[in-house]
Parts: sequence; structure tokens; C-alpha cells
Amino acid sequence: MANVLGYAEIRDGEAGKAAREVLGAAHGLAAALGGEAHAVVVGGPGVREGAASLSGFAAARIFVGQDASLQLQQPDVAAAAIARLVESGDYAAVLFPATAQGKDLGPRVAARLGRGLATEITSLEASGGTIVARRPMYAGKAIATLRFSDGPALMSIRANGFAPVELDTGGAVEDIEVNAADARVRVTGLEQGDRDQVDVGEANIVVSGGRGMQGPEHWHLLEALVAALGDEAALGASRAVVDAGWRPHGEQVGQTGKTVSPNLYFAVGVSGAIQHLAGMRTAKVIVAINRDADAPIFGVADYGLVGDVFEVLPPLAAAIREARGEG
Amino acid sequence: MNTIVCIKRVPDSATRVMIASDGTSLDPAGVKYIVNPYDEFALEEAIRRKEEAGAGTVTVIALGPAAAAESLRQALAMGADAGVLLRCEGSHDSLVVARALADEIRGREFDLVLFGKQAIDDDNMQVPQMVAEFLELPCATVVVGLEIDDGQATAKREVEGGHEVLEFALPAVVSTQKGLNEPRYPSLKGIMAAKKKPLEEKDVSLQASNIELVSLEEPPAPAAGRIVGEGVEAIPDLVRALREEAGVL
Repeated sequence: MANVLGYAEIRDGEAGKAAREVLGAAHGLAAALGGEAHAVVVGGPGVREGAASLSGFAAARIFVGQDASLQLQQPDVAAAAIARLVESGDYAAVLFPATAQGKDLGPRVAARLGRGLATEITSLEASGGTIVARRPMYAGKAIATLRFSDGPALMSIRANGFAPVELDTGGAVEDIEVNAADARVRVTGLEQGDRDQVDVGEANIVVSGGRGMQGPEHWHLLEALVAALGDEAALGASRAVVDAGWRPHGEQVGQTGKTVSPNLYFAVGVSGAIQHLAGMRTAKVIVAINRDADAPIFGVADYGLVGDVFEVLPPLAAAIREARGEG
Repeated sequence: MNTIVCIKRVPDSATRVMIASDGTSLDPAGVKYIVNPYDEFALEEAIRRKEEAGAGTVTVIALGPAAAAESLRQALAMGADAGVLLRCEGSHDSLVVARALADEIRGREFDLVLFGKQAIDDDNMQVPQMVAEFLELPCATVVVGLEIDDGQATAKREVEGGHEVLEFALPAVVSTQKGLNEPRYPSLKGIMAAKKKPLEEKDVSLQASNIELVSLEEPPAPAAGRIVGEGVEAIPDLVRALREEAGVL
């Protein structure tokens, strides 16, 4: 019993970053256990084609439940199909992405299997067949080490915590049964924002604005910095800014918003209240830009720049654009 | 409409976390406890619906130590009708907590079970979905909009970059997110009235799950950062540091 199953989330017909990271983590764990990484995908017409690309990201077998009724995510149908696959297979572990979909789905599958689920895992190892996972708790103020006494070990993994693995397995797609009658709730619509942008919770680079931006009319300066940083960058916001109605709640980083761990985090005009730090302290590199040299954000920043954000932002965006252009 | 709201007593987010000598729990000394902030949206929703309908009951259930009775009193002061404390010590995996809550809820008369979307101590975001599975009920999570008409519900749930719209029949389980409503503060009258409202306490014993908490540690202290410089002149140094030292550009 040494294979690891990864739930590959398909969005807009493609197995994106979340799916590839799950497969990367599954591959690492499977290798330590002497098994294979498998992928499971559930969705509407076309999902089979999107899933097939996962054989290039370490999936040795790809299980697809495709049905016309699953054009939109149907959590009960997906949970039932995944639980049946896990029960019929021989899995040491099942991994979900800690996305909106993965965090909704994982506990449904776990309850069906009667197994616990470890959320937002940031590291994972197996020694002597025992799986040990680590995760932040208390908003990152403590790190918990968890051991699974008995399988399958169910987990969701935090975005940017595990790297995708480019490994062509030649793995084939196999169909699994999905049953639309499993639905207790019916997802009837998806209202997308008008921005074609990566979500702040998953972005590799986040640019957050705080009260120091002085008003929503100045956000174009942050948008220009995001644009300079490329496709993997997203806007974030402090709670003060969201409460003031300058930005939507979906962009809020912190205790009552999203927890992010990007590779690079810019805190611009953000003072660094403890509730904000709770949402971003696990970012790999933190840059703070603030006029107030005593702002608490400088206490957690790797690099600080003291200055007027309105003066600094335009030339910073230009310099980053130039630096990336050279690279 | 009869609503059950499940709440949790958690350390205040501003609390300084100290690991206890057992290495697997928090040192409770000096910790201020609050009702989990997301649970306040669930409480507000239940109380508001009851007030608007002029009928129905709001029952609040908490699982936790004896001191969690304080959290229930607070919910009663906001306007809930009755409280139930499932008393047990220690922290427990979501699966066994969900089983105990489902066992308590099963057999009660209800239309809706509300939770906060997650507790701010373990940040698990699991118990509502698991309770729904154990009760075989529809479940919508991270809900920012909820309309109910003649036993049919439409919920709006937050996802990356937008919202999903879900439809389901009651009874159902819903977990609430910021944006659904503005929770009220208990009034003085509410606080006085809460003292006379029924609060039932009973002991529960939870089995272990297959996940064992081996240790809890403080995170490594962040490497000391540095101020690169002041104003526009510091930009070249900042960009160079991000490229060459940090390797993130």
C-alpha cells in the first residue's frame, strides 16, 4: 500500500498550478514510500483532455470522472467518486490542494472514509512507512507536527509549499464512475470577477496595499507594479483597506481574509497589524515599503524601503520591468 | 425556522502563543479566549432570521472545556434561546469533533445548522462539511449570501476570483464567511436575559482519530531583515537584492 492519489483541480479546462503542485507533492511522498503518484479528476466535457497533460507531471495513472452534469464543480458528486476510488484502490495517502475547492471537498471525502484530514500542509515526509506532516497553526504562530497512525493519510497542501515535478510517465487516462444522483447541493452558477488575474491566495508574488495608499484612486500604482512582476503576481489588501470599501474582500490578506505564502510579498503602505501578519508571515521573501520607519511591518520584512509610496512605486515598477526584461 | 449554531471557544488572535511544557498544547496562562470570530456571522444570521420571522428557535452548541460555557452565555446574550455544552478537555481532531456534534444534532428538530467557516486556532475548515456528511445533509461552505424561500435555499459561496451559486433543500448545513452580515454586540438587556436562559452541560468522551499531534513548536524566528535605504535612491539596491540575494525576480 504505497501509492499516493492527488486530486487534480481543473479550472477552465486545464490542470493548472494547484493540480501540478499536488502531483509534485504526491510524487515526492510516493517515491519515499516506494509507490506511484496517481491523479484523480472530476468534471464536465473536455476534462479528460485537460487531465491527460498530468502524465507530464508525474502522474502514473490518471482517473477521470467526466459527465455533462459536471460542467460546474459539484462537490457531493466529486466527493463520492473520489471516496469510491480510494476505497477500491490501495492508497497510502490522498492529497488535495488547499484551494476553495480542495478545502470544501477534502473534509467531505474524509468523513466518507472515516479518516482525519490534515489541512494546509507545508512539508511532508515518510520514514519506515509512517507519514509525518507539518503545518502552521494559530495563524502561523506555531508549527504542528502530525503523524498518521493508519491510512489512508488525507491532507490538503498549501499553495507554493510544494513544487511541480516535470516527469513524463506516459500514464494513461482511465475512466471512473460518477453518479449525478450523489448531489445534495447543486452548483448552478459561477460568478467570476471581471479581472483575468491569478487569485491572491495562490499567486507566486503578491503586492498588498494598506492604508498608506490613502485611497482607492491610487491603486493603479499597485496594479502597475503587479503588471511589471508578470502573470504570477496578484493584488492583495490589508483589512483596513477592505473595511473602508476601497478593495473587495476577496483580496484581503490576514486573519479574516486569506492566508498566503508566496515566494515574494510586497507590503506597500501596510503598517503590519498582527492580524495582517497572520496571513502573510510564511511568505518566503517579504518587502516592506512604508513612510514610517517604525512601522511593525519592518520587523518581519526581509527588505525594507523607507519612503513615500507615491514617489517610490512608479520608478520601482520601471526598475523591476527592466530587471525582468534582462533576465 | 429552527436553527442550530455550533460555536468554538478560541484564543484571541492577538494572543501571544506560548507552547505548554507537554509540547503539544498551548500554555493557557495569560491567554484571552473569545468566541471564534467566524462563528459570530453564523450566530447573527440565525438570530436575525428568527427575529424577522417572529418565530423559531436558535440553539447554540459548543464542544470544549467547562470554560466554554462563557462563550455560550455570550451567544445567549446576542439573542440565542438555549445553549448546550459538550464538555471535554484537550484539543481534538476535526473528524471526532464532527462525529460528536453530529451525534448531538441528530434527533433534534432543525431546518438549518450554521457554523463559522473555520476556527482561528487550528484553521482546519473541516467540521461543517464532516457534520453534513455524517448527517447526510446538503452543505454549503464559506457562504457570503443566503436566501431561503419555502424550504429551498440559494447560497453564494466565495471561491478564487468570484462566487459560486448553490441551490439546495433544507435541512442543510451552512458555514459562514465575513460579508454575510454584520454581527451585533450583546446589549445590556441581552446579557441580563442570558442569565436566565437554559444552558445544558454534559460530558462527552471522544475517540482518537488516525492523526496524532506529535509536537507543537514555535516557528523559527525570521532572519533579521534590513532596511535597504530611503526613497527613490534605494530602488536599484532593492531590485539588485531581490534578484541576486533572494533570487525572486
